[in-house]
Amino acid sequence: MSNENFFFQAFVYLAAAVITVPISKRLGLGSVLGYLIAGVVIGPFGLRLVGQEGEEVMHFAEFGVVMMLFLVGLQLQPELLWRMRVPILGLGGLQMIANVVLLSGLGMMLGLSWQPALAIGLILPLSSTAIGVQTLTERGLMKTEGGQSAFSILLFQAVAVIPILALLPLLSTNPVAAVSHTATSSNTLAGWQQTLLVMSTVGGIVVGGRFLMRPVFRFIAITRLREIFTATALLLVVGITLAMQAVGLSPALGTFVAGVVLAESEYRHELMSTVEPFQSLLLGLFFLSVGASIDFNLILGQPLLIFGLIIGVSLLKSGVLIGLGKLFKLDWNQRILFAFALVQGDEFAFVLFSFAAQSKVLSENLAGSLIAVVALSMLLSPLFMIAYDRLVAPRFISQSDEREADEIDDNENSVIIAGFGRFGQIVGRLLIANGYPITVLEHRPAQIDLLRRFGWKVFYGDASRIELLYAAGAEQAKLLVVAIDDSEQILEIVKLARKHFPQLKILARAIDRSHAYELIRLRVDAIQRETFGSALDMGVDALKLLGVRSYKAHRAAQTFKQHDEEALSEMAFVKDDHSALMARSRQLTEMLEQILQSDEREANHEVDRAWDILAQQTETN
Amino acid sequence: MGKPNRILILFAHPALEKSRINRQLIKAVRGMDYITIRDLYEQYPNFHINVKLEQELLLAHDIIVFQHPFYWYSSPAILKEWQDLVLEHDFAYGNNGTALHGKKFLSAITTGGSEEAYCRQGHNYFTIRELLAPFEQTARLCGMEYLPPFVIHGTHQLREAHQLARYVDHYRSAIAMFRDNMIEWEQLLQHKHLNHYLEQVINKLESPLHVQ
Repeated sequence: MSNENFFFQAFVYLAAAVITVPISKRLGLGSVLGYLIAGVVIGPFGLRLVGQEGEEVMHFAEFGVVMMLFLVGLQLQPELLWRMRVPILGLGGLQMIANVVLLSGLGMMLGLSWQPALAIGLILPLSSTAIGVQTLTERGLMKTEGGQSAFSILLFQAVAVIPILALLPLLSTNPVAAVSHTATSSNTLAGWQQTLLVMSTVGGIVVGGRFLMRPVFRFIAITRLREIFTATALLLVVGITLAMQAVGLSPALGTFVAGVVLAESEYRHELMSTVEPFQSLLLGLFFLSVGASIDFNLILGQPLLIFGLIIGVSLLKSGVLIGLGKLFKLDWNQRILFAFALVQGDEFAFVLFSFAAQSKVLSENLAGSLIAVVALSMLLSPLFMIAYDRLVAPRFISQSDEREADEIDDNENSVIIAGFGRFGQIVGRLLIANGYPITVLEHRPAQIDLLRRFGWKVFYGDASRIELLYAAGAEQAKLLVVAIDDSEQILEIVKLARKHFPQLKILARAIDRSHAYELIRLRVDAIQRETFGSALDMGVDALKLLGVRSYKAHRAAQTFKQHDEEALSEMAFVKDDHSALMARSRQLTEMLEQILQSDEREANHEVDRAWDILAQQTETN
Repeated sequence: MGKPNRILILFAHPALEKSRINRQLIKAVRGMDYITIRDLYEQYPNFHINVKLEQELLLAHDIIVFQHPFYWYSSPAILKEWQDLVLEHDFAYGNNGTALHGKKFLSAITTGGSEEAYCRQGHNYFTIRELLAPFEQTARLCGMEYLPPFVIHGTHQLREAHQLARYVDHYRSAIAMFRDNMIEWEQLLQHKHLNHYLEQVINKLESPLHVQ
């Protein structure tokens, strides 16, 4: 590909995405469908702007799926994964078995011999992780029961691909061809050596992720070079991909494992926010190339067969899923949700069908038709989700509202504390002591090390970057406590958070009085001047040492505080006219003195006498 | 019917999150027209009561309600603090202290003990009306008319939802009737407890009373 050609291609893909995706999103069709349609438009059956190299692009763009699994892994701590073992093995396993039996049976009934029927039965049940996760996340349904169940199945399938790949050549009706093909992946190694290699690679990812990556990221973080941090994150993902390919495993699985391992590290949120933009773009590119690869000649040649297959397979798959949902006691709407989210075929099916054709398990023609079926089902799947949004979800609204409280543990906390120095720590400790889990962001690696040694779960990152706030779960969080010590940055974070997360209540540390004014003008929900509380307490100590009784000193401080806070919020809106500010300030101080001292004078006589007078009066009555 | 009475409910419960009954009661009257609720522990967690504001609120209402659980034969501490600070000389009592004259005063309390426990033979010895004497006299001293109290007894035995619902209903009805002047005041004062009067009225109406 010449340079010029490369830029032309890039221009075509980007332009197609930029034009189609926003329109599709506007129309409520979601981004996936937008990309797919854009792909069809620029593809060989549309404007013919991309031709053969579309396939190459697809292979490259599959890397987006790899990155997506890395991100998904980052959101799943090992313990959470362990808690999901029942749905993963149960739902995932049963889904696979039921579909294999039904689809192979169907294939044999249609006159296929058992080998190709079984191959089809193994490949068609797979559902696209890219589409499933993307559509669910886009609608905020990932954390619902149905979303989690769908994800469990996708996870099981990601692992199941490996044995399927190994099994396909054995189904070959032409053993010679099959042997010659399998030889490419494991020609020089015996079975046990291969197994050992696989085990040590995955083990290496786990151990390396746990013990090696943290010091590396720490070293990079100290340099404070953002682009090097990005480069390191990408290097990690690319490296794992190469390693996994070298031993013949799914790269997506490898990065998923790495993601899970790193989910517990302090760099989790920073990694998420760094990799995310690359992942989204590549995934978009992937959907584009899928759209471009749909072979309409093949479809138009045998429309009845193709559409019959799509409808039959979709019905079967969703039927199995709905049945399983009942078995696993999901609500009706959740059952439909996860069935609809998994109706489509898997991008991996393209690879598997081509491989099956090469291994002579399936005829070229049959494999081609099946690939078209999978591609079309991907095109149709967003329509299922739209049907869910329009037809199913509205009927269950009241029910899902009630269920909100026992939503599956969403792994992100409802309180985010930015800055965990002497100020943030006190806030955080009080919250934790009361059973409110917090997510802590801190940008000094040394401080993080110290806190982690004390068992605090702290994440590295600069909270004034909006991506990091997203990664920390600010969209779902209730509170953001801004407790860093840089007054400019505090204002910056407050403004950003206000703009992007209108639901978030913001509590901010005010460094001094003028900073407090600015925060008040930004309508922050709660402000505390960083030294006010302790200074006031010391004032009480001083009064007590001067002989004032402790309760009176305490009350005086309370009055002072109330008065001062009222003055603060009033003065915040006095325009920046310095002399007016000074005058009003002096006036308010005088008022306060009057209040505090008048209390004293009055106390002596009148009230006591009043009690006496009244006592006399009531007696005479 | 005339002008509706504005009602100020001074509510004191130091652990509302653990309360079963008071939470229901206050929920039932929240948001009603002409009703103002002051959740004192929420408003003044450090007991630093804003005297001026509280006095203004008193002036703006016709009926004052103390709603609280009955702690040690009295109110939770903050309500006593409120009395000590807000009912100032020359405001609530004294030669010039006529701000509350002509208003009505109601105690709405919940007790753990059963009704039978509050009599000479019971282990609390005194009756509720006797134990509420300081509140009654406070009202008298401030020139307010003291109404028979609304009392929910035996809160520990109130396990069933429908039992509780009946009391909550009665409380809401009572507040609405006070507001809309639908009370036979003379007749009400004949009763020891507001509850007895309510039961009579509500039984007479046969069908359950529905007030918006």
